[in-house]
Amino acid sequence: MSEQPLLKVRGLKIGATVYPPGEKPHNIKIVHGVDFDLQPGKVLGLIGESGAGKSTIGLASMAYGRGGVELTGGEVWVNGRDILQASLGDIRKLRGGEVTYVSQSAAASFNPAKQIMEQVTEAAIRQGKFAKKEAELRAVELFRKLGLPDPENIGKRYPHQVSGGQLQRCMTALALCPQPDLVVFDEPTTALDVTTQIDVLAAIKEAIRDTGVAALYITHDLAVVAQVSDHIMVLRHGNMVEYGDTDQIINAPKEEYTQALVSVRSITHEEKAPTDSPLLRAENITARYKGTNFDVLHDVSMDLSPGQTLAVVGESGSGKSTMARVITGLLPPRDGKLTFDGRTLTPDQPSRSIEDLRELQMIYQMADVAMNPRQTVGTIIGRPLEFYFGLKGAEKRQRTIALLDEIELGEEFIDRYPAELSGGQKQRVCIARALAAKPKLIICDEVTSALDPLVADGILKLLLRLQAAEDVAYIFITHDLATVKAIADSIAVMYQGRVVRYGPKSEVLSPPFDDYTDLLLSSVPEMRLGWLEHVLATRKMESAGN
Amino acid sequence: MHPILTLVVQRLALGILLLIAASALIFGLTEILPGDAAQAILGQAATEENLANLRAEMGLDRPALTRYFEWLGGILTGDMGNALTNKLPIADQIGKRMSYTLFLSFWAALISVPLAILLGLIAVRYQNRWPDKLISGVTLASISLPEFMIAYILVFFFAVKLFWAPSFANISPGMPLLEQLHAISLPVAVLTLVVLAHMMRMTRAAILNVMQSAYIETAELKGLTTFTVIYRHAFPNAIAPIVTVVMLNLAYLVVGVVVVEVVFAYPGMGQYLVDAVVKRDVPVVLACGVIFAAVYIVLNIIADLVSILANPRLRHPK
Repeated sequence: MSEQPLLKVRGLKIGATVYPPGEKPHNIKIVHGVDFDLQPGKVLGLIGESGAGKSTIGLASMAYGRGGVELTGGEVWVNGRDILQASLGDIRKLRGGEVTYVSQSAAASFNPAKQIMEQVTEAAIRQGKFAKKEAELRAVELFRKLGLPDPENIGKRYPHQVSGGQLQRCMTALALCPQPDLVVFDEPTTALDVTTQIDVLAAIKEAIRDTGVAALYITHDLAVVAQVSDHIMVLRHGNMVEYGDTDQIINAPKEEYTQALVSVRSITHEEKAPTDSPLLRAENITARYKGTNFDVLHDVSMDLSPGQTLAVVGESGSGKSTMARVITGLLPPRDGKLTFDGRTLTPDQPSRSIEDLRELQMIYQMADVAMNPRQTVGTIIGRPLEFYFGLKGAEKRQRTIALLDEIELGEEFIDRYPAELSGGQKQRVCIARALAAKPKLIICDEVTSALDPLVADGILKLLLRLQAAEDVAYIFITHDLATVKAIADSIAVMYQGRVVRYGPKSEVLSPPFDDYTDLLLSSVPEMRLGWLEHVLATRKMESAGN
Repeated sequence: MHPILTLVVQRLALGILLLIAASALIFGLTEILPGDAAQAILGQAATEENLANLRAEMGLDRPALTRYFEWLGGILTGDMGNALTNKLPIADQIGKRMSYTLFLSFWAALISVPLAILLGLIAVRYQNRWPDKLISGVTLASISLPEFMIAYILVFFFAVKLFWAPSFANISPGMPLLEQLHAISLPVAVLTLVVLAHMMRMTRAAILNVMQSAYIETAELKGLTTFTVIYRHAFPNAIAPIVTVVMLNLAYLVVGVVVVEVVFAYPGMGQYLVDAVVKRDVPVVLACGVIFAAVYIVLNIIADLVSILANPRLRHPK
């Protein structure tokens, strides 16, 4: 280690001022003293759950604090100088020049009013690294390297004119254009579909290798970070838990927390065989949204047996959430029939009986927007008890407490407001609300997507336990195949509004596959070194063979 | 058809409809006023017989609807009828008066709009620091005072005490431009102070709103200076709300000058309207009303169109 590190962080402390509702603003600590080195040309993965401080540390390498975040102590040395002591002018030279940033959502991080080329080359030109012509040539070269279509002209487009995956690559080009020494990748593939993620991941990895740039790669997905980084640092609650090379962290984690992260999704679920009389049967559903002239669902059929779980899998735009809207009656289909518990469901929700409404409940992805922020947990869970069963007073309270017990939250939560709950707790309250109606079917729309892996795991275990206890059936809408493997009894794979594969879990997940399911399954990152190269090589061979 | 073209045509059609509705409203309102033109000419002492004769002569005894369409047809062909008091064609008068008003509004706009936007940008740059507070304080104070009050204060200091500018904005067609500008300097200053706060506050609010966006963070992480971030990245995305409020204030500069014109005895539309109201010259009031309505509607359509054009999603569809 004779070489001087590109980035040297010593005792980094980061704090912020928070303004909780009903309390005085106060300071909290986000990062409690972190040390690490990054050598030129190397990639360090920062991994942890939300609130671990990984993004905050990443931005600290640009001397930037998001919102009210302040860098309160320690040293951050970039290229041999402590940037926490540098003048604002020097920091401006560093940002966009020596260190650049790729954010999670390129769609939000590109200025909608400006052409892509202008934004990609702006830092390089303003920092005086390249003249306009040179910078543009360099950008086109990067577009080509990152596998963007029509690299000569894509820069003339506006951000809304390219897809999410393409924009994420443009963001990478934006970061690489000024020829930085270090790029901070902050969850660059998290918002993408799994089949898009693999291409972007490969493009980023190749660009890092070709340009010899060093990188901080921030993510909560250990399988992803294992593909790109040389070293991994595991963070929790603003402290370093473990630091090691990628191989050691993945294959021989020392700390308990790291082991939990590595072995996440340890749920095993015995698949149940479908029964003869399905609880829900959807036949030949075709649907479109009002004011459009194309169908988003084409001839979709699926069955769900009582007390079982049907996973509806697909990428964004596949029509899986639309299917949920059809089943709940929010979007009456143009054609097709819904049968529930032996009776025909009317297509539109207002005409359904109160029994139909009660027996069919829903849980959403965004727990915090699915609850009224001005109602207490007790009011939220109590509402269906009152509405469906006419419970009042002490009886209602008793039942609410019983439900809180079932979702592993205690009685003390009854008077809390949603803002006082963590993400996982909020989702648990939503589950209790659905359960309060004693439904036969709960539609779970991406209920774990917004949660950290360990928290999501807890929710899935809870759902499985409740299924066994209450004999409730689930339709589990998700894009996450790991979740599907963990809990499903049968699976419907959707693609562009059609069911392309359907059947019991063991059948759907066993070869021979159709092309789309194969692509989908092989795109899910696996927690082993060299997985990315292996998949890409296999695909290349297959396409060469064709 | 290009989606923008469709939107433009829609807005124009809507504007025309709105203008017709406004003209009907103005006509209807003057109809329900007590007394009519005949009454106004002959005065309170007129006998019923005299009134009836004059009404027949002026065609006022015919149904209101017939007269409305006659009047509307006249306006569409540029004939606004004659003033009751001096029998001169209204269109000629309005042409002359309007050019004076537009001259005044033009200079007020030329100073106030760029100044308001610049002050708004500065307020954002120094948000919650003393330049922001100073700008907000001064502009809010000036908008809180009634405009005649500001006018008299300015007259007191700059005309009476310092002799820098005339207290009466007397201009005539033959005057050299510089003299004309000197003559209207105080009314322009009053109008600027009146409209400045609204536009500046809106600019500040609209840009601050945009400053919350993720792409502002991207711009900051490119090492751009705060002011570059504001005018290159935030301002282009705040154009729509800013233009809307600018156009509203431009309309006010044309339509709302009544008080200022009267205070400075300026021979513009406002003065003309006030004179006509005093003399109960209903055709002139009607004509002025329609012109003012037209100015409002046209400027608002322009604001709408600029907002549409400012949206890159509409300008460059997928």
